[in-house]
Amino acid sequence: MSTQTRQMELEVMRYDPEKDDAPWFQTYSVPCMEDWVILDAINYVKDNLDTTLAYRWSCHMMVCGSCGMMVNGEPSLTCKTFIRELPDKVRIEPLENFPIERDLVVVLDDVMQKLHQVQPYIIRKDDPPAEDKEYIQSRGALAKFKQLTMCINCMCCYAACPQYALNKDFIGPAALALAHRYNRDNRDQGKSDRLDILADHDGVWDCSFVGACSEVCPKHVDPAAAIQQMKVDGAVEFWKQKMGIPGDKS
Amino acid sequence: MAIAKKAVVWGLFAAGGTLTSFVFPALIALFLLIATGNVPEGLQFDQIRTFAVSWLGKACLFIVLFLSVWHAAHRLRVVAHDFGIRKDALVANAVYTIAAIGSVLAAFYLLMIG
Amino acid sequence: MSRNPYVRPISTTTWYMRHGRYKVYVLRELTSFLVMFYSFLTIYGLSALTGSAERWDAFLASQQSTAMVVFHGVALLYFLFFQTFPWFKLAPKAMPVQIGEKKLPDSYIIIGHYVAWLAVSVFILWLAGAF
Repeated sequence: MSTQTRQMELEVMRYDPEKDDAPWFQTYSVPCMEDWVILDAINYVKDNLDTTLAYRWSCHMMVCGSCGMMVNGEPSLTCKTFIRELPDKVRIEPLENFPIERDLVVVLDDVMQKLHQVQPYIIRKDDPPAEDKEYIQSRGALAKFKQLTMCINCMCCYAACPQYALNKDFIGPAALALAHRYNRDNRDQGKSDRLDILADHDGVWDCSFVGACSEVCPKHVDPAAAIQQMKVDGAVEFWKQKMGIPGDKS
Repeated sequence: MAIAKKAVVWGLFAAGGTLTSFVFPALIALFLLIATGNVPEGLQFDQIRTFAVSWLGKACLFIVLFLSVWHAAHRLRVVAHDFGIRKDALVANAVYTIAAIGSVLAAFYLLMIG
Repeated sequence: MSRNPYVRPISTTTWYMRHGRYKVYVLRELTSFLVMFYSFLTIYGLSALTGSAERWDAFLASQQSTAMVVFHGVALLYFLFFQTFPWFKLAPKAMPVQIGEKKLPDSYIIIGHYVAWLAVSVFILWLAGAF
């Protein structure tokens, strides 16, 4: 273990809803170990320099998805953003495109509602199987959506998405990718139900394929790809409905 | 049912985007050759006319032009939004009208040839 | 404790200046002007083709100038780097191919696009008698 430390300047956005009219920056000088991630440096501030700093974190291992912040303008999971890849001066802000609750904590109510809206669960139209039966899924069928199950709802993609920034009605990357995960699941029969929401006005068509969501995703979920595939599905389904062909049930 | 009509224009946008990506570099290169005064043989009146008179030639030219103008129109609608123009219905009407005019003109001139 | 969430302002007209990837995106979208321009230029050419050989030759002559050489040259490069190449790069995302349990690597689909594009370009230029 290296004992070498590096002095870093952390410019942290502060906002106290009871006192401040607008956010402001406070600079902390932090002696960082070379193997630290940004979250370690923020924890150092909390433990040693300023107990009033508010931020979210839990697992410190890229699983819980709660420590997403803007690091030098880039939406990042701070537990996987190593300081050795950063300059001596780093600016930390709460995730863009979300209202600030306090300091680095953002209000996530909007995306929570959107995640719910896309019906992210298996929908069956037929009777459930008998007690001794189960829904069979081959490995090939799993591979069709496995990448999409990696999402940890860190919401870095929403912070990167300019279309969500410009229009809060847009369902947005993570929720759409999650919907696509169920659309592609061979056990699910709710694809046409979901398309009625997803292919409506504030669904997939508000995406202009900037691709920023996929670039910043710490889990390589690639929401941009999922959304384009849903556009193809939506366009095909539109003509199927026009021509009276029954919708895709699987 | 609730699938927005954007599905239709997006389909044209995607098909047109693919087609322009493949065809337009060569098309621009031909205009470049014309601009330098080295008009290729196939673009001399007799040859290009023979091509445009044939139904295959007409079909190819129409499909390229039709999808290209609809591709561009839909993207221009997004560009307007991205530059802060919030009157989407008005913009949509304007750009799709341009695309419709382009489509009709292309069909009209192609039918006039030959 | 009272809640008072702060919403950061965003410019609806200059938001893309905040990040390099947004600038690249806007440059990509602006290729739509080129597509419109060349589509209508071609349609204009077709209108000339409905007439006599003299009218067609006059159209060709009207397109001849140093300024247009520069314009077409710049347009060609711009179109390649902001439409054709990005489109090919993103194609496997919209149309992934899975064979059995394995997803076909994106690079295969992208290379396939480049090969097809070269073939199409050579064919069009050959058809036009450019060589």
